[in-house]
Amino acid sequence: MNNEQKKNLKNNLFKAMAISATLFGLFILAVLLISIVIDGFGRLSMSFFTDLPSRKADQAGIYTAWTGTLWIMIVTALFALPVGIAAGIYLQEYGRKNKFASFVDINISNLAGVPSIIYGLLGLEFFVRWCGLGQSILSGSLTLALLILPIIIVSTREALKAVPDTIREASYALGASQWQTIQHQVLPAASGGIMTGVILSLSRAVGETAPLIVVGALTYVPFAPSNWNDSFTVLPIQIFNWASRPQQDFLVNAAAGIIVLLVITFLMNGTAIYLRNRWQKKIKW
Amino acid sequence: MLTRYKIETRDLHLYYGDFHALKGINIHMEANTVTALIGPSGCGKSTYLRTLNRMNDLIEGVRITGTTLIDGKNIYSRDIKIDELRKKVGMVFQKPNPFPKSIFENVAYGLRVNGINHKKFIEERVERCLHQAALWDEVKDKLRKSALSLSGGQQQRLCIARALAIEPSVVLMDEPASALDPISTAKIEELIYELKKNYTIIIVTHNMQQAGRVSDKTGFFYLGELIEFDDTKKIFTNPAEIRTQNYITGRFG
Repeated sequence: MNNEQKKNLKNNLFKAMAISATLFGLFILAVLLISIVIDGFGRLSMSFFTDLPSRKADQAGIYTAWTGTLWIMIVTALFALPVGIAAGIYLQEYGRKNKFASFVDINISNLAGVPSIIYGLLGLEFFVRWCGLGQSILSGSLTLALLILPIIIVSTREALKAVPDTIREASYALGASQWQTIQHQVLPAASGGIMTGVILSLSRAVGETAPLIVVGALTYVPFAPSNWNDSFTVLPIQIFNWASRPQQDFLVNAAAGIIVLLVITFLMNGTAIYLRNRWQKKIKW
Repeated sequence: MLTRYKIETRDLHLYYGDFHALKGINIHMEANTVTALIGPSGCGKSTYLRTLNRMNDLIEGVRITGTTLIDGKNIYSRDIKIDELRKKVGMVFQKPNPFPKSIFENVAYGLRVNGINHKKFIEERVERCLHQAALWDEVKDKLRKSALSLSGGQQQRLCIARALAIEPSVVLMDEPASALDPISTAKIEELIYELKKNYTIIIVTHNMQQAGRVSDKTGFFYLGELIEFDDTKKIFTNPAEIRTQNYITGRFG
């Protein structure tokens, strides 16, 4: 075998390895998805969405779970969005580039990697006990808001960074102040990127389970929450609860719940990707 | 301070951190003239230009000493408001940089950020400035379209119209035609000639012929110093400095 053939053989071998690794990942994912759909699809019906939890599997529904998830998502966004976006704007546009700034930078990136259970413990100690908010939607949402803040801050900064300085200069050269420049030029130009980050972070919050269990989300809530001081459950916890029951029928319920949760996160991530692509097409200078 | 010039710079030094970028610049411009700044890249032409509307303030670590007077006022004194200064000293950049907004909004933006909201007034001003920038006929039917849909040459004329909208008395141009094709360049040059009647223009250019065609005075920058500053005709026919002669005849740079 000459050198050329050896080179080709190695090339093809590596290609085959890479392809099989990809296919392996996809295959496992497909098996999981298909088995979930086979188990749970038949259980999906209108009443599954409108029924309260029950001891009897065929009467149990996810009404309290999805309303809880919706509540948590909205209240989390209410706190995390303004704070996260404003912090991102400050750090990227106003903050000076000094030692303190890079210290804050590194810590925000690190916070994004802290295990979510730690946020749960913090939430339990601070919001539930110290602030006396109890095991409520508010406590859970504030905890999740902390959890996704770093993601929102980082993605806001990235989106702002992508706006070329020539735009800022053009605005300043016309006598605009820094805030006018940010408000009228930089933020509109970065909005697509910021929205993408926000949606991805919220879709992460929707799937979180551990911190909410620690903060005190219940596994059995016989009513839908009516305000943010109510106790609550969310989809992943409801699924976890059903999946840990010994009866086969509850496993079917869990599978159906998983399908709902997957569809929600799929839709959110899809929207985020759609927004990002549209934004990247627009942002050509 | 007393000066008989529209713009006068006395002993200006500028440092980027440790780098001494401008070394004792003395230069002056009379009203309604065009001054060309020529010289090799990185010799301080653009840096000097940007001291005149204080764009260098945006860069961290810049330190400036010396005096620059515009209409007799030191633009680096404490009682100068930067946005007022920038309203008076407009700027056109090297690369056309229209805002990703409509053609109309690009020109109207300067008025809006300076607190003008009167609809009729803005419409009239936008039309007038687009006329002045010789762009009106090409865009009058698509004012609501995105400025990014225009060609490079049109975008640059839009940027000129945008700069004129806030009625500056000085217009700084940083290689305004370097990214454009010859036809667009000719249009911009004609425009500069027209604008001279109402504005004091300073243009940085790498194109000797352009400097020769459009300017009344020419300054030659080399390694952060202003080597020679004189009538354009004199600089190009009979420069006093050997370095100027070497540069304009293409022996270096």
